[in-house]
Amino acid sequence: MEKAFWLFKKDIASELRTRYAINAQVMFIVVTISVILFSIGNEKITNYLAGGLFWVVVFFTAMSGLSRAFVSEEERGTSFTLQLIASPSTVLGGKLLFNLILVFSMNLIIAFLYSALFETFVIKNLPLFITAFILGNTGTGIAATLIAAIIAKANTKGTLYPVLSFPILLPLFLTLVEVTKQSMDGSTFSDVSPELAVLVCYIGIMSVAGFMLFDFIWKD
Amino acid sequence: MINYTLKIENLSKWFGNKIIFYKVSGEWNKPGIYGVAGPNGSGKSTLVKIVAGLNSQSAGKLEHIVDNSPVEPELWHNLTGFASPYIVLYDEFSALENIEFIFKIRGVKANYELANELLSHFSLYHRRKDPVKAYSSGMKQRLKIIAAVMHSPPLIILDEPTANLDNEGKDRVYEVVEKLSNDTIIFLATNEKHEIQMCEKTINILEHKRD
Repeated sequence: MEKAFWLFKKDIASELRTRYAINAQVMFIVVTISVILFSIGNEKITNYLAGGLFWVVVFFTAMSGLSRAFVSEEERGTSFTLQLIASPSTVLGGKLLFNLILVFSMNLIIAFLYSALFETFVIKNLPLFITAFILGNTGTGIAATLIAAIIAKANTKGTLYPVLSFPILLPLFLTLVEVTKQSMDGSTFSDVSPELAVLVCYIGIMSVAGFMLFDFIWKD
Repeated sequence: MINYTLKIENLSKWFGNKIIFYKVSGEWNKPGIYGVAGPNGSGKSTLVKIVAGLNSQSAGKLEHIVDNSPVEPELWHNLTGFASPYIVLYDEFSALENIEFIFKIRGVKANYELANELLSHFSLYHRRKDPVKAYSSGMKQRLKIIAAVMHSPPLIILDEPTANLDNEGKDRVYEVVEKLSNDTIIFLATNEKHEIQMCEKTINILEHKRD
């Protein structure tokens, strides 16, 4: 675990110097939210639509930056170096930690901007929304890290990432949209317990699949 | 010092219909310099990459053995050191930062004394805090050799270690290789005559070709 933490520290230090992912994601958030605001103009959108659009922004922001964890290693030619100094579990642990921190930071910015700019984005059961937010970010981080490792060696990384991510993240985002809708209606935790169970199971399955399959993905 | 053996049996590699090498075998357990020779494109790098665990073989068996027990492939990285022109270090970091991250990510006890000694030997000590992107290709190559040997692995693989180096740089590499060969198995993949002459035994890749 300590080795994975050092890999995470290396990635954070590298990101702060090169700004591969952070700049792309922040710009994406600003542009997407601006486009949504311009396109709705003076129209008042329903709170359900605002909730759905929130997760659309989250999905595409994740797609714009989370692949960098592996793609930057591949593009700069440092993936051999990483294979020579770390075991696959260390690499996955470090990259996962980096992506989780990145996805949580970016989604907090999105949530803050959304709450400030969309007056119909009103959550009646805030603890329920926060729970879904945490589970959603964790699921997105794990799935996106695994998919990034798969596409890193491909020639058409940019196109392949969202295309491959969509079917894998679809069950997660459909459930998140539903829980968000319920939290806007003021439903209780027990009302959405099946959806929350789906989110927890999704995280469990992706984590186990990740640590089992990563060995094969990482080597040639 | 650990009791280490590298054992390969009938190791073969092919890409599609093209056989790169066929049935390479051998066992190495005594310190010394061992060569992998062959012209450009013959498959030297492919063989040493497989030995280091960077690529997989198409057929055959490869074992890194410590105290008579084969080591799991996930742990091979700490038994080997690998330097080659196609290995790239993190150029946004300085030499010192690269060395620190490599030690910490490997999870081995950091030997900064040896790292500093090697930085001085390779004339990089005064530039140790500069970002690697400001280094010349020869300086980068020297830093890669330091990164490959500083954790004192029982097997060091050097694939064309003197590429990009001037004569002085080459001499420094040969001095380090000679010194380390007293207690380390060193694999030298090269087509330089002088370097092949340094080797006790050499695998000639051309002898393992098949149509």
